[in-house]
Parts: sequence; C-alpha cells; structure tokens
Amino acid sequence: MFRRFIERTVESGLRLSAVLTIVTTIGIVAVLITETIQFFREVSIWEFLTDTQWTPLFAQKHFGILPLLSGTFLTTAIAIIVALPIGLLTAIFLNEYASPRFRSIVKPILELLSAIPTVVYGYFALVFVTPVLQQIIPGLAGFNALSPGIVMGIMIIPFISSLSEDALHAVPQSLREAAYGMGATRVQTLFRVLIPAASSGILASVVLALARAIGETMIVAIAAGQQPRLTLNPLVPIETVTTYIVQVSLGDVPHGSLEYRTIFAAGMVLFLFTVMLSTISFFVNRRFRQQYE
Amino acid sequence: MSKRWRAYLLDRLVGMLGLAAAFIGLLFLVALIVSIFKLGIVRLSWDFLTSFPSRFPEKAGIYPAIVGSLWIFVGTALFAIPLGVSAAIYLEEYAKKSWLANVLEINIANLAGVPSIIYGILGLEIFVRTLQMGQSLVAGSLTLALLVLPVVIVVAREALRAVPPSIREAAYALGATKWQTIWKQVLPAAFGNILTGIILALARAIGEAAPLIVVGALTYVPFIPRSPMDEFTVLPIQIFNWVSRPQHGFVINAAAAIIVLLVLVLGLNGIAIFLRYRSQRKVRW
Repeated sequence: MFRRFIERTVESGLRLSAVLTIVTTIGIVAVLITETIQFFREVSIWEFLTDTQWTPLFAQKHFGILPLLSGTFLTTAIAIIVALPIGLLTAIFLNEYASPRFRSIVKPILELLSAIPTVVYGYFALVFVTPVLQQIIPGLAGFNALSPGIVMGIMIIPFISSLSEDALHAVPQSLREAAYGMGATRVQTLFRVLIPAASSGILASVVLALARAIGETMIVAIAAGQQPRLTLNPLVPIETVTTYIVQVSLGDVPHGSLEYRTIFAAGMVLFLFTVMLSTISFFVNRRFRQQYE
Repeated sequence: MSKRWRAYLLDRLVGMLGLAAAFIGLLFLVALIVSIFKLGIVRLSWDFLTSFPSRFPEKAGIYPAIVGSLWIFVGTALFAIPLGVSAAIYLEEYAKKSWLANVLEINIANLAGVPSIIYGILGLEIFVRTLQMGQSLVAGSLTLALLVLPVVIVVAREALRAVPPSIREAAYALGATKWQTIWKQVLPAAFGNILTGIILALARAIGEAAPLIVVGALTYVPFIPRSPMDEFTVLPIQIFNWVSRPQHGFVINAAAAIIVLLVLVLGLNGIAIFLRYRSQRKVRW
C-alpha cells in the first residue's frame, strides 16, 4: 500500500516538473499578448508595421517596427553569410578529410566558440574588430552592423558545423560506397551524393543558427549602436529589436506607460520569428531522422 | 591537363578550404583570448577583485559583481537541477509515446530556441512584478533557471537514454519498484553524464547578461548582496557597463573583468570536458 503511494506521488511530482515547461511557454505567450494588446489600443497595427521611424522615447513619437527589423535582418544576414560557408566547410573537412585524432581535438575547441559569453564577443567586436575593419573600410562608423555581424557569425559556426557534421555522418556508408563504385571522386561524392542526402540536417542547423542570431542581444547592443534606422547599409549605426529592449530596460521608463509596453510589442515580434524558425527546424529534423531507418 | 589531375587538384582544394575553415574558428578564438588578456592583465590584482565600483577606473573593482554572479550561479542551480532532472526522468522513464510526451517534446524544442531576452521579459512580469520579488537575486535566479531548463532536460534525457535497459530489467527482476529502480540504479549510472550537461548549462547562465538587464539587475552596485531578496549585479553586466563608457580606463577594466569571467566559464567547460572524457573511458556495459 505504502509503496504504491510513494510510486504514485513520485510520478505525479515528476510529471509536474515536466508540465512546468508548458507553463513557461504559456507564461511567455500570456505576458507578451496581454501587454501587446494594451500597446495596440494606443498604436494602430498599421502604423506599427508600415511607419518607417521608431522613436518611442522622443517627444515626436513614431512606432514603426521596420527600422528595428532591418537592423536585426542586417546583422543576422551578415552572421549567416560568415557562418554558413565556414561551418559547412568545417563539417565537410572534419567528416571526410580529417583524421579521427585531429577531429577529436578540434571539435571540442570549436564548440568553445559558442560557450564564450556574448558580452565578451560584443567587447571584442567593438574594441578590436571594428578598428581593424576601419583600416580596410575608411567610411566605417564606430558603431556599425558589419563588425558585430561578423563576430556573431563566428560565434554560431559551431551550431552549423556540429549539426551539419552529424547529418553528414548519418548518411549511410552504402551510399558513399555506391558512389565510389561508380567511379566518382571524393569531391563528386561529396557534392552530388552526401550533401544532397544530408541537406535536411544541414538546413535544420542553419535554421537553428538563424534563430540564435536573431535573438542575440549583447553583441549588437555593444557594437552596433542604438540608432533605429531603416537601412541595409552595414557601415552605419543601427539598432536591432533585442538592443531596443535592453535600451529601455536600462533607462527609467515608468511601468505601465506606452513606452514601457513597446518592449513587449518588440518582444512579441522577436518571439514569433524564433518560434517559426524552431518549428521549421523541428519538423525538418524529424524528417531527416526518419530518412534512412 | 588530364581529367585525373583536375579531379586530384579539386580534391586537394576542397581539403585545403576545409582546413582553412576549421582554423578560422580556432584562430579567432586565440586572437580573442590573447588580445583581451594583453589589454586587461595589467589591471588584474587583488584590489581589483575586492574593490567596489568607482568613478575612477584605477580604483574600481568587481567585488559586488563576483559575489552577485556566485549567488546567481547557486540560485540557478538550486532551481534548475531538480526541476530539469525530474522532467527528464518523467519524459524518459514514464511518459513514452503519449500525446502529452509529444506536446512536451515539441514545447521543449521550442523553448530552447526562444531568445534569452524573452525570458527576461517573462521574469520581469511574473517574478519581479506579479510575484513582487523585486529586482532581487531570487527573481534573477528563477529567470535564468527557466532559461537553462530546456538544456538541462535535453542533456539529462540523453544521459538516461544511455543507460542500457538491462540494468532496469535486472532491478525489476529482483523485485524493485519503478521508482526504486530509477533512484538506486538508473540515476547513479547516468550521474556523470547528467553532471556534465548541468555544468555546461550553468556555465552558460553565468555568462548571461541580457535577461538579467531586463529583469532589472543594477549596473552600479556599491554594496554586497547579503540575502536572496537583495538587489544585485553580475560580472557580464559590470562588463557591459564599463564597455559603454567613453574613458579608456574603463575599457581596460572591462578587459580585466572579462579575464575573470572567461576563467570561470572556460574553467567550468574544462571540468565538463574532463568529466565527459573520463566517463567515456570508464563506462563499459
């Protein structure tokens, strides 16, 4: 009797902890929705989506999210342009060319790249990378999208290289052997057989890296500036959605004011983007897992 | 040039590019660490570690930030470890293939992709305002615990999955109940791998700045937090604060504080890598 009571209590306790993760999601959605609805009582959705200026903290208030989105888009795009080729080539090299010993040493070191705190990257971007870039590109401002974008790209290399490597590794040996048997070279096998076969895994890794880059805060808050600007020029100061949230949190905006609510509206936009990406990644990943079983 | 030659050259080329790509990451890591050490090492002293922040860079220190970071580390661990491991046990040992398990799994995958700053917004509304914890260490710890929870659950599940079914079957055969089997056999067997994952998750937590800034951690703290309800700052926020100042002295201070932070974070990662290496060698079922 007593034993069964313990068994049951433990199981419900454990279930409760697991269900807490759902409560967290509900909490996030509830908080964002309630405050965002309050926000849209005062600002029209049309203005929010089409106005080309974002100046909620100024006397002349504009609430157009586009400048913040263009900032996030710009830094994320630069990061992916840096991370995708480097990460993919690294995965190819570690999987097809490197000796097991080399791989076992280099892989954990590369993974340290994503372990370093993001404030450190932000500092490095501002104090070291930007001055170097300014020597090469004369028109580069002290705060810009280029330098944090590049640094963020290096930070997310392990996301792409690790998962892509797993995907390449999961391609059955028989496919490789069949390609070699037909007389294909290693490069031909790689680009015409292995990469297409692993494409869904590689795609999932890119989507994950994208989500990480969109949500990244400290690097861009430190090195990209705090000037919302609707531009695709990587050489001038901009502001991302995440940086704006930090900027408001650091100032003393009164709780419950319209300015305060802007961070929830901005957070909502951010949340929707990342949930979309996670969902894509989840389903792509699931397909890729089942492919060869 | 023959076809064979071209194929050979192409093969070499891809190999070289791959090697170069692998080294870009490594070189960047070395450049980052070396340049920050070179700049910051001069400021690093016992005084720097034990002084309060100041308007004068030479007199400023990181004592409150270090104490705050340690509090947050312990607090996050206290909340995240029991919750994360329990949830993992439930998902791995109890709820296989139910609709709830499916929902939980998709949800956890989603949560792992939510930006850390969104957790800050959640913590601000729920812990700081609704539950009236204020901008305290508890509110900060709870926020970070929720942030690392998905990571803890994922690694703990993997560790549990790695314990072979034969261990469980042997325990059942001896008349153990399900919970006895898990508590006395499965958990001890998975302990090493769970610990590795937890250390990595906590290493991430002490490097986080964004969610704590949103929760309302202070940037200037001239006192030492003494209870969980006190206001606080942490090392990453202190670094952020110093980077945003114009004087060069504070840039050097930031570098020195980064050295301390890196020693903590990379030290934890080193411990985790060592533990993983040891458990990989030792365990033979």
